[in-house]
Amino acid sequence: MLAYLTQRLAVGAVSLFGVAVAVFLIMRVIPGDAAVMLSGAGGGVVSEQELQDVRHKLGLDRPLPVQFADWAAKVAVLQLGTSLRTGNRVIDDAARRFPYTLQIVVMAMVLAVVGGIPLGVLSAYRAGSWLDQGLRLVSIGGLAAPSFWIGLIIILGLIWLFEWSAPLVWEPFWVSPLQSLSQLVWPALAVGFRQLALIARMTRSMMLEVLGEDYVRTARAKGVAEASVVLRHGLQNALLPVVTVIGFEFSALFGGLIVTESVFSVPGLGQYVVDSILNRDYPAAQGIVLILASFVVVSNVTVDMMYGWLDPRVRVQDA
Amino acid sequence: MRSHAGLTSVYTDTVGADVETVDGRGGSQSRLGRMTRAQPLGAVGAVILLTMVVIAVAAPVVAPFDPTLGDPAALYAPPGPPYWLGTDAFGRDIASRLIYGARVSLLIGLGTSLLGVAVGAALGTVAAYRGQWTDSIIQRAMDALLAFPMLLLALAMATMLGPSIENVIVSLAVPIVPRAARVVRSSVLVLRSTPFVEASRAIGCGDMRIIVRHIVPNTLAPLLVIATAYLGLAIVQEAALDYLGAGIQEPQASWGLMLSGSATSLALTAPWIVIFPGLAICLAVLAANLVGDAIRDLLDPRLRRDY
Repeated sequence: MLAYLTQRLAVGAVSLFGVAVAVFLIMRVIPGDAAVMLSGAGGGVVSEQELQDVRHKLGLDRPLPVQFADWAAKVAVLQLGTSLRTGNRVIDDAARRFPYTLQIVVMAMVLAVVGGIPLGVLSAYRAGSWLDQGLRLVSIGGLAAPSFWIGLIIILGLIWLFEWSAPLVWEPFWVSPLQSLSQLVWPALAVGFRQLALIARMTRSMMLEVLGEDYVRTARAKGVAEASVVLRHGLQNALLPVVTVIGFEFSALFGGLIVTESVFSVPGLGQYVVDSILNRDYPAAQGIVLILASFVVVSNVTVDMMYGWLDPRVRVQDA
Repeated sequence: MRSHAGLTSVYTDTVGADVETVDGRGGSQSRLGRMTRAQPLGAVGAVILLTMVVIAVAAPVVAPFDPTLGDPAALYAPPGPPYWLGTDAFGRDIASRLIYGARVSLLIGLGTSLLGVAVGAALGTVAAYRGQWTDSIIQRAMDALLAFPMLLLALAMATMLGPSIENVIVSLAVPIVPRAARVVRSSVLVLRSTPFVEASRAIGCGDMRIIVRHIVPNTLAPLLVIATAYLGLAIVQEAALDYLGAGIQEPQASWGLMLSGSATSLALTAPWIVIFPGLAICLAVLAANLVGDAIRDLLDPRLRRDY
């Protein structure tokens, strides 16, 4: 197990390094000189000498590897620079916005798991029933509808039904938990609907497979209670691939959140990174992209580890 | 020519086998008929997609109104004659804008998935075939790209490249590259040690010849599968880019752009502006997914997964 853990952690560390290199390169290789952007921001003509000065001040005239080492050293201690747009330190902006994003992600995942797994189990258990057919329809629809459009439709529905209006103040969870939950449940639903559909379909097909196994028949034959057969013998063995999907969907969730937060105007990391990118606020965009990508790496490594913990065969094979 | 022949033989084999074992008939039917019967949902999807392509191509003939010229006398007109799906804030006909928007969505969707899959396939093939440090470097680079949420990467690229159809295609294709590379790499790894590849090496074929003549034709089935799978995704992501303002710009019509008004203010006055473009996206993506699932089942039953 220890060998397996260290190996996974090493892979994660290499990925993080790769992410840092990629972020660094994307911001520099693509046409559009940061010096021109910065000095041109006020409008007017900029002389070549002024450009040189700005480049020198930013360190853009040094060799790329030197720039990277310098940047990476700062990033490693979370010095992400100052946002050109808000004037705050990027890390402070991020820290203020992160709780909203994390809360939506967690709520979306909880909704998806709590809704998706029982739905999947039920529709596998009653395969072919109206529930099964209905679920199929919903999941096909859920996989085709863009999450930001589901968000728009939720907003339409809320306005029609409850004369809802977008909250002027988004309460942080620790200030008033209930209000925060009720405010963020809608974006969480919009972004989690797809995951719910995915998890339900995945659980259904895995359950169908497992329920046909010999050991399930044996359990029934020796008189194990039906609930125990389905949950302990069935679900426990069907869950493994579902866990993988859940893990990888975290990346998709963050992706979906980027637009959905803008749809609901939630002041989270997603909306912040979109505004930063669209306004070419390089330090902020770079920092937040790096943070989001690191989350994905960490969640992937965690999934790998859970996989090894849930299924001993995996760690023996890999280590 | 070569690759086409290889593909056809793969797919007739599987289709034939599939249909004959399933219902024991189909020998005298046309190939299209057999495919339709084996994958009715896929056929429905294909018909929807084809209809959309025809409508998009024939947009100037089919669209009742000019998509960019508004009717000042009919701002926010509700659905009804002559504007069957209503008009937007500028009095532009929603139906006509949807029809012209189909051009953008389908063109970008197809272009993106083809470009992303082609580049990914090339990288994946080289990585698996060369192995060793080439493989390690390509793999680590792909891992790094995989860590970025697709839309985030596309948004960053699109903003920096500037808004144009070509740039949007490139931006959306980048996140697909590592995903395609991963699939192709694993199938080339298997192919590399098959007897027929070893045999061609034994009779003195060069690497290039082995890759082009023996390996690539055998990866076409999974390639086609992932290309169709990414078609729907590309359409959604393109709409998201337009919605955020990093893609197609006004006054051009695109489905994502049509959604970008404020839903809160439109809900009571003109909800059709928000509803119809989204339905168009859903329909296109649904059709693409159905076709993708059908192609996957027909070409490579081993890749079948029910989610």
